[in-house]
Amino acid sequence: MSGDSVWVLGANMTRFARYPELDALDLASQACLDAFADGGVGIHDMDILAAGTLFQPNGFGQRLQKQIGQTGIPVYNVTNACATGATAIRVAYLSIKAGEAEMGLAVGVEQMGKMGLLAGKSRSERKVYEASGRYDAVTSIDGILGTETMPGVFAQAGTGYAYENDGVGFEQFAKVAYKNHLHSTLNPLAQYQKEFSLEQIMGSPVQSYPNTTLMCCPTGDGAAAVVLISGERLRSMPEEAQRRAVKISASVLTSDPWVESGQVQPDVNTLTRNAAAQAYETAGVGPEDLDLVELHDCFATAELVHYDNLGLCERGGAGDFIDSGAPFRDGRIPVNVSGGLISKGHPIGATGVANVYEITTHLRGEAGDRQIEGAKVGLAHVIGLGSACGIHILEKAA
Amino acid sequence: MPDETSAEQVPIVGYLQLGDDPHLRANECTACGARYFDRRNACAKCGGTGFSDARVADAAVLKAYSIVHNAAPGIPVPYVSAIVETEDGTSVRSNVVGLDDPMTAELGMRVEFTTYVCGTDDDGTECVAFGYAPA
Ligand SMILES: [Zn+2]
Repeated sequence: MSGDSVWVLGANMTRFARYPELDALDLASQACLDAFADGGVGIHDMDILAAGTLFQPNGFGQRLQKQIGQTGIPVYNVTNACATGATAIRVAYLSIKAGEAEMGLAVGVEQMGKMGLLAGKSRSERKVYEASGRYDAVTSIDGILGTETMPGVFAQAGTGYAYENDGVGFEQFAKVAYKNHLHSTLNPLAQYQKEFSLEQIMGSPVQSYPNTTLMCCPTGDGAAAVVLISGERLRSMPEEAQRRAVKISASVLTSDPWVESGQVQPDVNTLTRNAAAQAYETAGVGPEDLDLVELHDCFATAELVHYDNLGLCERGGAGDFIDSGAPFRDGRIPVNVSGGLISKGHPIGATGVANVYEITTHLRGEAGDRQIEGAKVGLAHVIGLGSACGIHILEKAA
Repeated sequence: MPDETSAEQVPIVGYLQLGDDPHLRANECTACGARYFDRRNACAKCGGTGFSDARVADAAVLKAYSIVHNAAPGIPVPYVSAIVETEDGTSVRSNVVGLDDPMTAELGMRVEFTTYVCGTDDDGTECVAFGYAPA
């Protein structure tokens, strides 16, 4: 794509946690105001606002504006499954690319409380069988014709990979969770910061085998925001702002193309492979150039297949990849040094923005105890079932 | 196969065909052969709008599964959710049934289509579901 370059000027995220005393407007406002402060700008500098949330009622972006500044700029309300936050960033990105905006604000937020993601829809009260819907189903099919629960669907993505490839089993999936819990102990913004042994992870209650409780992301609350700026406008900013700015070398969004099994099991692989290929091509980098990756580990089984989908390992080699220690923070390609969704948390709308915040913070050299030293290039990946995949590749200012 | 009882029976989904020879049926794109279990407007693979009615093979292989321990209220757990591929190349989602121990489910195992009664409504109508049992 032509057009000016696009940069992250300011970034912030709230700690992911449970905030029963706050609402989603409080959380989003806090992330936006802190992202402004981080970038040395304010709402009057923004030409566009993109607000991502899955569970807030319609018009959330406009209600947010009424808390942080009503300037009359275009507001886009974004919903795109677990890729909601990444899509919000991409909306602001495209507006700058198109030359309509010089600066834009993208925010993602969710307040989930303790709502469960584990169980599917409960069965209806109706006691008379009557065919309805596009499958003429007479009752809820969840649990009868397979599972509709998220841990189960992603477990099947993992066991499907294990069927096609050698060296992948319960222990490899558990190691993913071991790594991410371990990483989270260095991240003060993570919802949980506790190390668990492999035995504790494999022995915790099974949700959907092979995913145990400690291999599933928690629900939670939080927000993250980024201020994006055009390359031209950035050159008029103070030297310090230019030094801390991080370049978006690729912003990609894909959906799932047709595959034979797609009508019965969401395909999380093909759209991620397609997005990764486009992102590497656009950025002119390859997986070997990445200093860190934040990828969508909603469940341990998901992270493992994405090693392969993102090209971090050889095709079919995700089991060896985790066994070799490569994705640990001292390994060849550190993955989810934030603790990932499994331990950092997954307030859905915020997740895709928080991943970009995490990469940005490392590229700036400001990640504190969890800093990956000398990081220059990073990749942020999210995927939502349905399906939507967002990838951003970020590079440190030259 | 469902019992030969006097109770009226309905299939849990429209693509399950009951009767003497229960089996699955699919809408098959006449242009490219892609199969679908739902009501179609057009083909997701090729965009074609012509469909014929096809029988899906009973024999299948277990391609992916999960042993679900935490489910919505009223669903007996644990159960084995599965993606199988029939011998004519159609992916189907259902449960593996007839295993004494769910942990004995094994990737690549051969399974066979079967039906069973999964519930009864207030009018006494039985709902017939399908699953896959070890072959
Ligand atoms: Zn077709």
